[in-house]
Parts: sequence; C-alpha cells; structure tokens
Amino acid sequence: MAILPPGAVAPPFTLHSTPDQTVSLSDFRGRNVILAFYPADWSPVCGDQLALYNELLPEFTRLDAQLLGISVDGPWSHAALSSERHYHFPLLSDFEPKGQVARSYGAYRQAEGVAERALFVIDGNGAIRWSYLSPMGINPGADGILKALDDIHAATGQEVS
Amino acid sequence: MSGALAVPVSDADHAKGSVDAPVTLVEYGDYQCPACGMAYPFVQEILQRSGEQLRFVFRNFPLSQAHPYASMAAQVAEGAASLGRFWEMHDWLYENQDHWTQRGAEGIADGVQAVGLDPMQLQEALEDNHIAERVRHDFMGGVRSGVNGTPSFYLNGQLYAGGFDTLGQALGQMIAQAR
Repeated sequence: MAILPPGAVAPPFTLHSTPDQTVSLSDFRGRNVILAFYPADWSPVCGDQLALYNELLPEFTRLDAQLLGISVDGPWSHAALSSERHYHFPLLSDFEPKGQVARSYGAYRQAEGVAERALFVIDGNGAIRWSYLSPMGINPGADGILKALDDIHAATGQEVS
Repeated sequence: MSGALAVPVSDADHAKGSVDAPVTLVEYGDYQCPACGMAYPFVQEILQRSGEQLRFVFRNFPLSQAHPYASMAAQVAEGAASLGRFWEMHDWLYENQDHWTQRGAEGIADGVQAVGLDPMQLQEALEDNHIAERVRHDFMGGVRSGVNGTPSFYLNGQLYAGGFDTLGQALGQMIAQAR
C-alpha cells in the first residue's frame, strides 16, 4: 500500500501523547503539522532521526509547524524515551486499535506490525502537502520537511520572520 | 535526501590542504558524538595518505539536546579559530573526547590550556555573537544538505552513504579517477 500523496486530505486522529492526555490533528488547525511515523521507540535510527528533529524545533516553530512523532508503542514507552532523550515534542501512541492511524496514512507494515518510517507535511487546512516514505533503516533527515514548509510559505506569500 | 551539499565550500570554512586538490571532503561533526570520535583517526589517516590530493573541511553539527557539551565545544573551537588555532582545538577535542566529555565545561577548559590559548582572549572571542551564529549557520546548512546524523561526509559535494571505515577507499578511487 502506498502512502497518502500530496493533495490528499490528512485523515483525522486523536491519540494518547501521555497516559492521561490526548492530541488531535484538529488541535493544530491553522498551523502546519509535521507527522513523523517511525517503527519503534529505542531503535537506533529512530533515535538519531528524532534527535535531529528535536534540535530543529525552533526552526519548525519559525515555519509555523508542529512536529508530532507517531509509533505503535504505548504511552509509557514514549514517556520513558522522551524523558531520557530530552525530546520536547509529543510522541503519539498508535496503540489501540494498533496501527489504525498509520494504516489510514498508508504507513503501516503488516508483516512486522509497526509503522513505516514515513513523513507527512500537512498544511493549516488539513491537506497533505508533501509525503515521503523512507527505507526502514535509513534516517531521512530534515531537508525534505524544511523544503515542503518553505514551499507552503512561498505559495501563500506568508512572510517568515 | 538529495544528498547534495547545499552550502558550497568557501573561504569562510575551516579547511586543510590545497585549494586545488581534486577532491574535497566535508565533514559535518559534533565534538561530543562518540561516532565522530571513532571517525577521527580514519580521517587523520586519510589526510596523511592523500597529501595534496585532498582538501578537508570541517563544519559544526552539534546535537546539543543529545550531547549537552557539544555546542560549547563547537563554540570554543570557533573561538580558537578566531585566534588562529582552530585545528589544534579541533584535534584536541577529538583526541581527548573520553576525557573531557566526562568533565564537561572543566574538561573543555583543560583543552583550552593544553592547546595554549589565553583564556581571557578566548573569552572575549566567545562573547562575540558571531560565533554562536556561525555554529548555527553550519548546522542549518547541514540540515539543508540532508545531514541526518553525525558524522556525515560529503565527497566533492555529494553525501557519502557508506560508513567511515570505507571512506578512505571511496576517496582513493575519486583521487585516482581525477588523475
């Protein structure tokens, strides 16, 4: 199954970010959202990839974008990972029904039961503007995300400070 | 993901070797990153072997949320650069990584002393805002080039996808082809 392409409507979701808090895509209406699906907490590539994005949070904020990480891990695993790695963005649990949100974006690997390493940039109207499926073991970096956000700002003529 | 170096090598870079060298190797590195520490002797060996055939450029890519002293180390090396001692500081930080990363700021101060920098002069250099800006500029240029972790190496402007243990071989082939 292919991941959702640019132009598609981003499927809505509400997922746990902590054991007692949830986050919905609609919470960020009017802002850009970066959805980073990844296979599993604690795996080495994820660590590097999320560490890089963590470092880029000021840049994402400057481009009016909220970063959300998503995997099928439970909220307690996410909490431990965030705390150890000092992540300052939500990690969402696509835990029950398992992988449902990943499936809705075409980013679920049935055989392994985990999310793909897939990136989506969604605009303030809830439309997917860019998507990218990375090979499982390869950290896709952030240049594609930044370019997609630049393109959104260029298209709307929005000034970026 | 294109893997092309977004910021061309210029006079503003810290470079070793001949400007006319057929191959330019750019490293995006973090002084506190253990993998960069492991790559350092490979790079030194490559530099010695390649001589005039290679130009080497180092750019900062500190992942400061993961490595709390990486930014400080990068700024101290840039401060050393403004005093004309960049490579001495750069080399010390990698050669003594195990030592100073255990001790944080005090460990870095040991390096400043070992390299023979005047701490007062260095402090003045570090108060210059351009140094933090410079480190950030290197970092963002790396992100735009598709750097996804450290160390990342670019051979003549193209990301090298293999490990640093095979870098010397790839580079040797490029030098041979350039002849």
